[in-house]
Amino acid sequence: MGVTLTEKAAKRMQDLLAKRGGIGMRLAVKTSGCSGMAYALEFADVAHESDLKFESHGVTLLIDPRSLPYLNGTELDYVREGLNEGFKFNNPNVKNQCGCGESFAV
Amino acid sequence: MALLQIAEPGLSAAPHQHRLAVGIDLGTTNSLVASVISGSASVLTDAQGRALLPSVVRFGARDERPVVGTEALSAQSSDPLNTVSSIKRLMGRGLGDVDHVQDMPYAFVDKPGTIGIRTAAGLKTPVEVSAEILRTLRLRAEAALGGELAGAVITVPAYFDDAQRQATKDAARLAGLHVFRLLNEPTAAAIAYGLDNAAQGVFAIYDLGGGTFDISLLRLSNGLFEVLATGGDSSLGGDDFDQRVFRWIVESAGLAALAPNDARQLLMQARSAKEALSCAPSTDVTATLAQDRAIHLTLTREIFEGLTADLVKRTLIPTRKALRDAGLGPTGLTGIVLVGGSTRLHNVRQAVTDFFGLEPLTNLDPDQVVAMGAAMQASVLAGNRNGDDWLLLDVCPLSLGLETMGGLVEKVIPRNSTLPLARAQEFTTFKDGQTAMSVHVVQGERELVTDCRSLARFELRGIPPMVAGAARIRVTFEIDADGLLSVWAREQSTGVEATVEVRPSYGLDDEEIARMLHDAFDRADIDLQQRRLRESQVEARRLLDATEAALAQDGEALLTPPERTAINELLYAVADILESGDQSSFGELQAATDTLNEATRDFAARRMNASVQRALAGRRLDEIGTPTLLSAA
Repeated sequence: MGVTLTEKAAKRMQDLLAKRGGIGMRLAVKTSGCSGMAYALEFADVAHESDLKFESHGVTLLIDPRSLPYLNGTELDYVREGLNEGFKFNNPNVKNQCGCGESFAV
Repeated sequence: MALLQIAEPGLSAAPHQHRLAVGIDLGTTNSLVASVISGSASVLTDAQGRALLPSVVRFGARDERPVVGTEALSAQSSDPLNTVSSIKRLMGRGLGDVDHVQDMPYAFVDKPGTIGIRTAAGLKTPVEVSAEILRTLRLRAEAALGGELAGAVITVPAYFDDAQRQATKDAARLAGLHVFRLLNEPTAAAIAYGLDNAAQGVFAIYDLGGGTFDISLLRLSNGLFEVLATGGDSSLGGDDFDQRVFRWIVESAGLAALAPNDARQLLMQARSAKEALSCAPSTDVTATLAQDRAIHLTLTREIFEGLTADLVKRTLIPTRKALRDAGLGPTGLTGIVLVGGSTRLHNVRQAVTDFFGLEPLTNLDPDQVVAMGAAMQASVLAGNRNGDDWLLLDVCPLSLGLETMGGLVEKVIPRNSTLPLARAQEFTTFKDGQTAMSVHVVQGERELVTDCRSLARFELRGIPPMVAGAARIRVTFEIDADGLLSVWAREQSTGVEATVEVRPSYGLDDEEIARMLHDAFDRADIDLQQRRLRESQVEARRLLDATEAALAQDGEALLTPPERTAINELLYAVADILESGDQSSFGELQAATDTLNEATRDFAARRMNASVQRALAGRRLDEIGTPTLLSAA
């Protein structure tokens, strides 16, 4: 099933990658934050051997196998909320998240 | 949900760290620890899944860790001298302060300011015993949350005084806990129900625990809880209900003398029968005693309610008294919160509902509600919530005030006021034409500035020259949520302003605060005498100034020479006594001041008449200076 991007998210990532360079995007889940886990979204310059690769609207997504169970089925969107613009994780695994949404529990 | 930005490889920002914070209900019979996990408060259990920790500590040999909780409780009958329970009743107390101390089975030693209990592990104070309970809860919490605690909120009864609160804090320190704040138990229960989100109202917290009954009336306004009244019965609780059922079993089954084991078994049966009746209309009591005597009885709600009706009624006596103290009637309260396991009883709930004419809040576990409220408060204080929903329930530990003429303290904010707050008071000038004023901010309970702590000093300049007593200077004290004090002085007619900021608790540790309170209490009498002397000195000096000014202005025109001489002589008499300035001159000074006041009355009346014509803002002498006077800069 993996991870998918919305068109808007893919467009934004392509723009950013075109400016900066890099082979794709790395998505990960870290254990920290007030609800147990937090997302990380980074540019990828190298792929690790164990990485799982997904393609969505022409963007390469790299995910380490330990993070995948928490991210499986997630759709990544790019949204504007008021003055803020950024990426939003629509993650079906999340059961609980802290008020700010920076971290979550599954 | 927050929106994420893309980071450089390996540089993803960590989200805000969650600081581990717990709420602790340190009870007479049982204690609990709770924490906010994923946004909701829940009670932490031990490895066996038990939430309640019996507040019982058993001391063994000197080098052994004491045993705390259920294991200690079961040793109570076999090792009563070394197994300490209900220690909360002794916290911050001397032997003389505690009722029924002779009923407790311990070997007491009277220590100055506290109590010592002789155990196998040596002499133990109530603080040390409580610290063992708190340490057990801390270890439980650290195991459950997986890390070191940033701090804790510990609940205390609303009626706890400073010494009892201080003892509780000391116990926490000894247990390695950082205390964010002590919180009143009824306030914690109200917070657990989210009542602090309501706009305002008056709430009753009905707390029927294992061995004690407490009733508290709280008023909520602007998110702050104020304790209006408390009451209770320190020897009424669920245990008494168990005893009634136990006696009923013994009588109904026609049992005579019971072996200790049988008695214990029947008491357990009595308790579980009582608990069963909370959710069923009747329950069976079956037991097999020594010599195979079988007991089979059926306890119905009707029988149980008959057995315990007077106990339930007894809770309403202090309830009524608390309502009276608060000047309230039983109806018209905004809400009732039930706390304590015994409030699960059907007839208790019914009695509360009937009494207040209001359905009580019951959807949270009444055993856990206090710990949960404390956990929510702890989470906020640890900084785990956003700034806009701070709960602020702190108080300032000592009174704050200003120095007035004669080195006296005028209290503006009394101690134990809840924070944040602002209070304003009006002051005036002491001398004619005074254009500056020095504002000296002090802290303490004593009457004289020299016995209080000086916090800050600043000057208000640019007051327009006016007759003494005519300027209106508004001094505002404001303490924000962090305990930071700001003081403004503002002259009302011109708007000139001066301000200063101080941190009033800075540099004062708890012992110093306790000592300052103690001193104030001990020396209240001396302080009062000194205050009266200083006040009469200030009054005399003011009268001298005013009379001299009046003589200089109108003496020639309005007084005959003999009248002038008479007033002058009285002036010198007052000035002489003022010069000597010792404590014994208080009576003399007052008499001389009164005579002078009397002698100038007629002169003042004449001046008044004259001033009407001149349309001058003069005032009668005996009218000047009712507001408190600040010293001239």
